[in-house]
Amino acid sequence: MSRVQRNMAITSQPPQQLSNAQKAFVFIGILGLAVLCLAAFNVNFPHKTLWLSISLGAISIGTVGFSWAMYAQKKAGIKNDGVWFKSISSRGLIGWVTGILLTLFYVILYFYPYYLGLRENTANVGLIALFDPLSKALSGNSASQWFVYGTLYTLAILIFGIKFIWKYRHSRYEIIRTGSVMFFQTAFAFIIPEIMARLNGDLPYYDLKNIWPLNYYNFEQYRVDAFINSGNIGVALLLFGIASIFIITPILTYKYGKRWYCSWVCGCGGLAETAGDPFRQLSDKSQFAWKVERWIVHSVVVFVTLMTVAVIHSYLGSDFSKYWLTKDIFLIGVSVLLTAVFAWAMLFRREELQKDAQYGAVGYMVIILALVGLHYFSGKQLFIFQAEQLRSTYAFLIGAIFSGVIGVGFYPIFGSRVWCRFGCPMAAILGFQQRLFSKFRITTNGGQCISCGNCSTYCEMGIDVRAYAQKGENIVRSSCVGCGICAEVCPRGVLKLENDRPQGRINSKDVLLGNDVDLMNHVNKDA
Amino acid sequence: MAKKIVIIGNGISGITAARHIRKFSDNEILVVSAETDYFFSRTALMYIYMGHMKFEHTKPYEDWFWEKNRIQLKNTFIQKVNTEQKILFTDSNEKITYDQLILATGSTTHKRGWQGENLQGVQGLVSKQDLDLLEENTKNCKQAIIVGGGLIGVELAEMLHTRKIPVKMLIREEAFWRNVLPQTEAQLISNHIEQQGIELLYNTELEKIIGDENNRVQKIITKKDEEIDCDFLGITTGVKPNISFLSDSEIETDKGILVNKYLETNCKDVFAIGDCAQQRESIGNRKPIEAVWYTGRMMGETIAQTICGNKTAYNPGNWFNSAKFFDIEYQTYGWVFPEALTGHEDFYWVNKKDEKCLHFQFEIENRKFTGINTFGIRLRHEVVDFWLTENKTIDFVIDNLAKANFDKEFSKKYEQKIRLEFKLTKTQEKI
Ligand SMILES: Cc1cc2nc3c(=O)[nH]c(=O)nc-3n(C[C@H](O)[C@H](O)[C@H](O)COP(=O)(O)OP(=O)(O)OC[C@H]3O[C@@H](n4cnc5c(N)ncnc54)[C@H](O)[C@@H]3O)c2cc1C
Repeated sequence: MSRVQRNMAITSQPPQQLSNAQKAFVFIGILGLAVLCLAAFNVNFPHKTLWLSISLGAISIGTVGFSWAMYAQKKAGIKNDGVWFKSISSRGLIGWVTGILLTLFYVILYFYPYYLGLRENTANVGLIALFDPLSKALSGNSASQWFVYGTLYTLAILIFGIKFIWKYRHSRYEIIRTGSVMFFQTAFAFIIPEIMARLNGDLPYYDLKNIWPLNYYNFEQYRVDAFINSGNIGVALLLFGIASIFIITPILTYKYGKRWYCSWVCGCGGLAETAGDPFRQLSDKSQFAWKVERWIVHSVVVFVTLMTVAVIHSYLGSDFSKYWLTKDIFLIGVSVLLTAVFAWAMLFRREELQKDAQYGAVGYMVIILALVGLHYFSGKQLFIFQAEQLRSTYAFLIGAIFSGVIGVGFYPIFGSRVWCRFGCPMAAILGFQQRLFSKFRITTNGGQCISCGNCSTYCEMGIDVRAYAQKGENIVRSSCVGCGICAEVCPRGVLKLENDRPQGRINSKDVLLGNDVDLMNHVNKDA
Repeated sequence: MAKKIVIIGNGISGITAARHIRKFSDNEILVVSAETDYFFSRTALMYIYMGHMKFEHTKPYEDWFWEKNRIQLKNTFIQKVNTEQKILFTDSNEKITYDQLILATGSTTHKRGWQGENLQGVQGLVSKQDLDLLEENTKNCKQAIIVGGGLIGVELAEMLHTRKIPVKMLIREEAFWRNVLPQTEAQLISNHIEQQGIELLYNTELEKIIGDENNRVQKIITKKDEEIDCDFLGITTGVKPNISFLSDSEIETDKGILVNKYLETNCKDVFAIGDCAQQRESIGNRKPIEAVWYTGRMMGETIAQTICGNKTAYNPGNWFNSAKFFDIEYQTYGWVFPEALTGHEDFYWVNKKDEKCLHFQFEIENRKFTGINTFGIRLRHEVVDFWLTENKTIDFVIDNLAKANFDKEFSKKYEQKIRLEFKLTKTQEKI
């Protein structure tokens, strides 16, 4: 994380020289980072609170000041000049170096926190020790690598959020949306869980906006036990976790599309939209990438569903008289739910599904067969896999490698939403609903599109927006996170994100508005 | 029976024709063009220079698209057309035969025969080659001049501005694009452009261009005999159809290739569409040559119908267009004339601080709404188009303006204020 910031500041370097003000702010930001680096190399700072404040303060002043020097003098409007000339934002040398450094940072963070100064039984040293006073002030515990990471993560969303707001200050949608991610990250991911930990030490760390299956470990035994053992508040949190995915999420997604989560609330989305903004244009727009995306992300959904079911199944009892939710009732319940969703989609949404219906059927069959397998292999095992083995594999492959190392480490190579697009099972489930049962769409404005390609280029999810816009067709895509940037960069006012009646949401037209009425009738009939 | 359709020009008009012919028929399709291997969006040239996009991004279809849809592409220049024998000759003397020929050759910079117009550092901005040349020509450029205050002119100014090149623009009228815009908007846009640091020289026309010993532009002299130094001169005084290769063919041309309303030329099985076509009879208020993206696309859609056996006249609906002047977006629907036609009245609303304005024109007698210019506010094409077709009154339009709003969510709304001002200024005499 620390490395993002230094290079992000240089990111916005115009093709020409930096101005003196910009240079000064880069210098200040680097000083702040230098403190963190020295700490990481075990320089023992005497007044930790002071030095941490100086460091984070300098990083913030550097970044915010740089944004000010960059945008404040210019008129409000699109600020993409030179994006493809700058090394950092066009996969140049600086881009690659940044990507590699970030990736290394994630590897150390996830697998070798010792080198950041984490100690089990003695006091922390190094970088993590620098954060001890802050952690103690919040939760009463000393810092962990996750606390350091969480702090820097939140700081990144805040300071790059300010940069983003400056950049898009002509757009209220962007300002409000960014304010929202900044708020949810600070309050829900950072402050509230620490305070909850202070008030009730038994509660597991719970970022309320982190919903299963993104939060794939939410229903693991140790957490469920901890929830239940912490009394009413714990049970309420557990119920909230279940309601989040089965009740709250579908309602909000129906009304607003998945953007309510992915680009307004989610922390992964929050980082992508703020610190990741300079990299959004690097996403792959090819049809091939779209195919790969659908295969991978839906496989992850199947994987996480199976893993979670297997894990829960493994700790449930078999005796109905002890507790109503037994292994078998659980399996039957899951099967019924999945069958109901699948049958509804096949019966009522065939048209929207089109070719995807086959893939849906494959996924459904895999899960149902696995559930049967789970039943007959009696609990601990899913065919040849142990539930625990599934869990740890998922945590390693998806939770650490995909969402962290690749997801953020590769920002400067594959763009800011690699994880959200290819890996996030939550996004896939919301997307399924967005495509089939939502009022959200991006409306195309009649025949005004000039096929320039700005919308597609700046779509962080790799959607070829232009392919729809130039046909006069609305964009209804499961992967769209509703960031709204396509509508911003469109130079002809062609795109508008909106929630409207579901009827007529998908409108394929063959002849564009502007041609005479007869011709439109003719072609539309033929089509 | 399958025919061989040859299309010259892989711009929006030729490509639209090809795609639609493929959709409706099994004809053999060959698209010949000398500019680029694949279709790209000419309207996006500026964004490449400004670093918003790379050339790759301006291609609306991936490269595999053409083969998959059995549309053959050939990158070569057609030098001669023999309509008698239905043969095309390329510049490498290759022969290409056709059953039906669609000319979609677009246009090129219209230099007006100025002295020195072929000096180095003097150029227009139409083709990919122009863009590459511009990169060359503006290296180390200290002072640029642009002749012509129109849509391409302002784009060129914005492009050079992103490279911090000082720009002066010669404008024939008293304000930017005044030959198309009413004074109010022309003034608003002029101010906006000047605020960016572009110098606008009004009522100024180019007389001649002077070069240095290396044959490179050194200065210009205006019709008022002023001398202005420059090392780059952009010519954006309009475009003219690409028709020189037809000079010794049977195809009848004037400024462009003459076509009837079916887009047929005087030669059998030869059609012309897009920027290069000139209507023998004007359609409504439209100019005989319409060099815009949308009309090229519509002609492409129309000609495909005819080729595929459903003979269809080019009959565009209500006029519309759009552009962007630095940070101000512009859309227009129906007709707004720089001076209201007799029997017509204006209603102009402006918010100077936010740089937003709307300009309506309507018939005085029956209050029929005839057109709108909008700056900084997006309107819904479908809704305004419907109002125009249905001959709605200005009063109806003002009352329902919110229905046509296409601004982003949470945007500031102005309809109430517009309505109030309209009621105060334009309805008194009626009440
Ligand atoms: C910088 C710029 C910005 C613009 N912005 C807008 C805008 O915002 N909105 C709008 O509505 N319009 C805009 N236009 C106008 C619009 O781009 C044109 O109207 C449109 O591209 C014309 O399309 P076309 O298919 O008729 O011709 P073209 O796109 O010009 O294609 C013709 C092709 O034919 C080739 N050709 C010509 N002769 C031969 C030959 N003998 N042999 C082989 N090949 C040949 C040419 O090389 C060219 O590639 C803009 C134009 C420019 C230059």
